Amino acid sequence: MKRELKSTKFGKYGGQFVPEVLMPALEELTEQYENYKDDPVFNEELNYYLKDFAGRPSPLYHAKRLSKEYGVKIYLKREDLVHGGAHKLNNTLGQALLARYMRKKRIIAETGAGQHGTACAMAGAAFGIKTEVYMGAKDTVRQRMNVYRMELMGTKVIPVKSGSQTLKDAINEAMRDWVANVETTHYLIGSVVGPHPFPTIVRDFQSVIGKETRTQIMEKEGRFPDSIVACTGGGSNAMGIFHPFIEDDVDLFAVEAGGSGMKVTDKEALHSATLCTGEDGVLHGMRTKVLQNKYGQILESSSIAAGLDYAGVGPELAYLADIGRLKPCNSMDAEALDAFNDLCMLEGIIPALESSHAVAYVKKAAASGDLGDVVVINLSGRGDKDLETVMGMRK
Amino acid sequence: MKISEKFRELKRKKEGALIAYICAGDPSPDATKEYVTALVRGGADIIELGLPFSDPTADGPTIQAGIERALDGGMTPDVYFKTVGSLRVHIPLVVMTYYNIIFKRGLEKFVKDCVASGISGIIVPDLPPEESGELAGFCRKHDVDLIFFAAPTTTGERIKRILAEGKGFIYLVARLGVTGARTDVASSTRELIQRVKTTTPKAVGFGISNGEQAAQIISAGADGVIVGSAFVDIIASGKDVPARLEALARELKEGARIS
Ligand SMILES: Cc1ncc(COP(=O)(O)O)c(C=O)c1O
Repeated sequence: MKRELKSTKFGKYGGQFVPEVLMPALEELTEQYENYKDDPVFNEELNYYLKDFAGRPSPLYHAKRLSKEYGVKIYLKREDLVHGGAHKLNNTLGQALLARYMRKKRIIAETGAGQHGTACAMAGAAFGIKTEVYMGAKDTVRQRMNVYRMELMGTKVIPVKSGSQTLKDAINEAMRDWVANVETTHYLIGSVVGPHPFPTIVRDFQSVIGKETRTQIMEKEGRFPDSIVACTGGGSNAMGIFHPFIEDDVDLFAVEAGGSGMKVTDKEALHSATLCTGEDGVLHGMRTKVLQNKYGQILESSSIAAGLDYAGVGPELAYLADIGRLKPCNSMDAEALDAFNDLCMLEGIIPALESSHAVAYVKKAAASGDLGDVVVINLSGRGDKDLETVMGMRK
Repeated sequence: MKISEKFRELKRKKEGALIAYICAGDPSPDATKEYVTALVRGGADIIELGLPFSDPTADGPTIQAGIERALDGGMTPDVYFKTVGSLRVHIPLVVMTYYNIIFKRGLEKFVKDCVASGISGIIVPDLPPEESGELAGFCRKHDVDLIFFAAPTTTGERIKRILAEGKGFIYLVARLGVTGARTDVASSTRELIQRVKTTTPKAVGFGISNGEQAAQIISAGADGVIVGSAFVDIIASGKDVPARLEALARELKEGARIS
């Protein structure tokens, strides 16, 4: 682990492609994280919040009716039951605590679906740190409820009107803010993306998902699952559940948003399947797979799930895909909606549209036998935030 | 013309340099040619031409808007090198773009295209020395200057490294934040100029918009001023653009001349 932090790369991916102004902040963050990550006091405090505030451990639930329908034994890792309704809080509690130990006075963040922003607002309020969240103007409309939630907890939501007015533009704006306020502000990035050390830090804080899963599946099955399936936007819920299993004989499936098709133009893609179709590039401080045109301009991505709607992906996932350790795949908008319905009707669980992509992939792939006999799906979030979108589609 | 040659010439004349930035293709490639001519007439010593990238994280709203106009006007790296190659100016030209544009074109091809179109320096705001090894290699091979930044947050140790790797001039970031016109000179700017001790020319950018600031920065010990947003603001207005670019360049150059 120590060695890994010193290296800024995962194979050829990762790195620190940021303005000079930020380099000292990244050095400081690397140093401080190194300092605290194994510190007993820091970890005791973090674990307290994970347990008593976030409600961890989250259950590993045997979804019997869904298993019967899909023809494979399915366990759901219930991150939808974590406070706030998604895995995002694991990371924001970790980083907000780190920010407090680093004596930063202010937290800024980007958000797409609003889940990460909400989780920041929760951590910010719980720790008494001023929090401001950048959100694409388009997303503030399609994820209105989360804007209200953030505001209720004292977070200022700043709509971003530049570019495609979605997640990538919110990240751009958050980075600009950080450049201007780096001495007092921690940029609490919401996924395993951005310049080193963020992809490592976020992965480590999200790894609580995989660590719990290891113990829970041993209790229930007496063995590890054959495969683990997780939806992938930036890749934090995926890396969180994958990472503790990297050395084990477990197949890992990263399910991206296939959107409404694989079509791309010079300006936009109808999907967000970066690992599946992206090319090497540099975006938001990292070298990774990127949706881009032949000149290197970043494409506007698309997905029914705002949280998957991103033209980049975490560098460690790009690396693991290259070496064949994980399998990139995707589900289309319609398939995700179909799986959303299945989970509602068969299990009484309303999943996030993001997570529904993982469920949809299991539905497609189970018959082929590729997933083996026992599958864990990381159910990264609940679907309350998506009701308007889903009801709109039904009409 | 080489950047070092230009700074030597200015040193002889005891003048500070005016480095003028505009975004190529804003709002059209033909307009850029006209605007560059106007800036040179006004007294610009070096022209920095932005090659637009869709996600310019180091730029403020003014230059972001310029980049958007350029992209809407059809600017691409191919058109860029063609446009730059057709400029008839006798001062150094510098390209400023984000790393993905260079990466996607292929590092060596990009550097060769620079040479072929008469560009003598490359500025990449999202490429710190840590990540620059490969590009720096091709720049040395083809004798193009790779220009690095130092910021108020840059520590002494990093400054040494930046000075060791940087060529042409060192770009001092006047203040924390993104590009955008201001009217004052921050104390952190003076401090940074003092802190960076080198024979490499020091040019200060971010937030300079008038002759008064230019004069203050040159008398604080800088060798040049870099001005972008103030010019791009004029382009955005669409009114009387060449004459106003020329007039502002003249005012800034007047300021920079006093040392
Ligand atoms: C419920 C849920 N799942 C998944 C994601 C995608 O993020 P990541 O790939 O980082 O887990 C989001 C992002 O907002 C989300 O809200």
